[in-house]
Amino acid sequence: MTSEELQQIAEGVRLEHENYDYEVNVCMGAGCLAQHSDQFKNALAKEAEASGKRCHVRSAGCQGLCAAGPLALVEPSKTLYGHLHESDAKEVIESLGEKPVERLHIQLEDYFKGQRHVVLENCGHIDPEKIDEYIGCGGYAALLKVLTEMDPAAVIDQIAKSGLRGRGGGGYPTGLKWGTVAKALGSPKYIICNGDEGDPGAFMDRSVLEGDPQRVIEGMSIAAYAVGASKGYIYVRAEYPLAVSRFTASLREARRRGFLGNNICGTPFNFDIEIRLGAGAFVCGEETALIASIEGKRGTPRPRPPYPAVSGLWNCPTLINNVETFANVAPILRHGAEWFAGMGTERSKGTKVFALTGKITNTGLVEIPMGMSLREIIFSIGGGVPDGHKFKAVQTGGPSGGCLPEEHLDLNISYDALIGAGSMMGSGGMIVMDDTSCMVNVARFFVEFCMTESCGKCIPCRAGTAQMYGLLTKICNGEATHQDLDLLIDLCDVVKNTSLCGLGQTAPNPVLSTLRYFRDEYLEHIDNHRCPAGVCACSANDAKPQERTKERVEVEA
Amino acid sequence: MSTAVDVKTLIIDGVDVSARQDQTVLDVARENNIFIPTLCHLEGLTEVGACRLCLVEIKGSPKLFPACVLKVEEGMQVTTKSDRLLHYRRTILELLFAERNHVCAVCVANGNCELQTIAQSQGLTHVRLPYRNPKLPVDLSHERFAADHNRCILCTRCVRVCAEIEGAHVWDITGRGIDCRVITDLDDPWGSSSCTRCGKCVQVCPTGALFDKSKVGVPHPKYPEFLPYLNLMRDGQ
Repeated sequence: MTSEELQQIAEGVRLEHENYDYEVNVCMGAGCLAQHSDQFKNALAKEAEASGKRCHVRSAGCQGLCAAGPLALVEPSKTLYGHLHESDAKEVIESLGEKPVERLHIQLEDYFKGQRHVVLENCGHIDPEKIDEYIGCGGYAALLKVLTEMDPAAVIDQIAKSGLRGRGGGGYPTGLKWGTVAKALGSPKYIICNGDEGDPGAFMDRSVLEGDPQRVIEGMSIAAYAVGASKGYIYVRAEYPLAVSRFTASLREARRRGFLGNNICGTPFNFDIEIRLGAGAFVCGEETALIASIEGKRGTPRPRPPYPAVSGLWNCPTLINNVETFANVAPILRHGAEWFAGMGTERSKGTKVFALTGKITNTGLVEIPMGMSLREIIFSIGGGVPDGHKFKAVQTGGPSGGCLPEEHLDLNISYDALIGAGSMMGSGGMIVMDDTSCMVNVARFFVEFCMTESCGKCIPCRAGTAQMYGLLTKICNGEATHQDLDLLIDLCDVVKNTSLCGLGQTAPNPVLSTLRYFRDEYLEHIDNHRCPAGVCACSANDAKPQERTKERVEVEA
Repeated sequence: MSTAVDVKTLIIDGVDVSARQDQTVLDVARENNIFIPTLCHLEGLTEVGACRLCLVEIKGSPKLFPACVLKVEEGMQVTTKSDRLLHYRRTILELLFAERNHVCAVCVANGNCELQTIAQSQGLTHVRLPYRNPKLPVDLSHERFAADHNRCILCTRCVRVCAEIEGAHVWDITGRGIDCRVITDLDDPWGSSSCTRCGKCVQVCPTGALFDKSKVGVPHPKYPEFLPYLNLMRDGQ
């Protein structure tokens, strides 16, 4: 593949676009598909043909606003339709070139205004299974440039200068990691893409893998060239069958076009990628456990050092990055490190994809530049808390993160600011809670998650989380004493400081952060045996529901 | 034939010590009669760093490090005893005692149990946590040995000795988290498993979880010290 050939393909795609007056991108992400967007798409294609209009119906990736699924975006008018049903197909086709169908039209300026799409730039605009459409959007130009014009050190230098940090949650500087693997002695070297996204309420990586898989392949290939690897693995959880099938198809396409295999783009660079499926263990998102799992062993973490950069897969130097990190690589090399470093805050550059879930109007995927305030994300882009309820807390960072209250809403999103407030960036899950949520119960939910997902290797995580769960249940039931609370706090300290891997070390965070900001709720459960939000069993015990019903019946009578 | 090995000097609990660069802090501490409690570590087996009892403090780092896998470094200042570490070690032991049914008075390993010994050495007088009292099976299917899961602390010494020394890999772990359990083969009864009856797992088991049936009611000391010798003979060095 030469740059002329690449341009030829892009030109072909452009000409293809010119064949049509209208293009309708129907979301075929897992969320919309679950609401039968495929049936809508088939109906739409039939109607389009029958109408005689020059209209192309495309299976595209996630459009972001999952709450309003199934979604379809009409080009070139950029009309977004939501809540589509196959019976709406005719109306949508008829409206092409005319006024949009009011009933289905989604007009959410605020939702799109604040966003900046880098990782998601192609998501929802291209057919993920067609490599040519990716090339048509500038895809693989970066890989070609890297292979033909840059030496590995220059690539690493660009990544380092861009200020990109690991998007899996830790925020380790990506350039530094690449540099370490490049310098590590030992051969062969491996690239691993961590797609074992397991945080409750997080679906950023899934959407990227489903909507724009070629971008991840390009990012991994560039990384492989930079560190000197010729074999890559992508570890995707088996709960993402659609992502797996799209990625498998994309690998085939990339091989067909010569972007994977031997002598890529006519250079001596060889690289190929293999898929490994996770078998449903959250802990396999931890890098050493993930490596053990790829090796075919029980997925348990091991102590670091040695870090995977020095001794990873089969004891060889291994570069592990998250899906979103790899998805950022190609744009950085295409537009330059300065362009990327121009977005975000001083120490957190670029954009971040967040999955907005919970008690929020616009549930879905958003990509925002770092440094945006939580308030803007939740109230402007997210549309705030629905049904007239009051915002109470936002949980970031999954089970490793924490709950931030209203007074922290003006916090600007960055790795360091979130850690300073007692939470963390995490992989990008953002769960909004309103006044109907009990924070003790929320903490208990996350501790239960960690307890059941603990691998059981080290004692503090295995037995500590189980004891924490027991104590939290006691508090929720209104049966706990102040001594139990002290014991819980003590256990949090022990589990945090003595556990082997990140899962255990961060498992107490939901408890610690809710204790920091919502201590009064804990005390209400303990002192007055009452759940202020009316969620926990103790509030029912307290008021004796049967009696209350009787009283109410009398009052009403 | 001699290869040059770097020697490092470091300070453990205020004592200047020297070490080969490939040694761990635990090795060096033991050489110098500095006691660091361990349960999963056993000389002759690979390290897993799982019991977290050997955590030590390193000057200049807020993190704690497991001494069993921590390689020595020049000028390292290690603290193996502090109020913080003692508190953590005691809590970890409490977690173990509360996790399953460790009733010393009726345990075959009473008086010869590493868990018991370490708890005494750390001055553990009581357990603050509620006992979980799980209902766990006892596997008596083997003609010579027995596995009492009530006493198991999941140190995985049996798993490692069987795989690494005996080469049979009969033992492994099933389940996750608090539901983990050691199993033979694919959770078959020990008696009908592919066990070679060598008894190494029984000798390395730190508690009364794996025991010799003939030793019930009589003292049951264990002899895990044979491992370095076996390794030595096998490697021929």
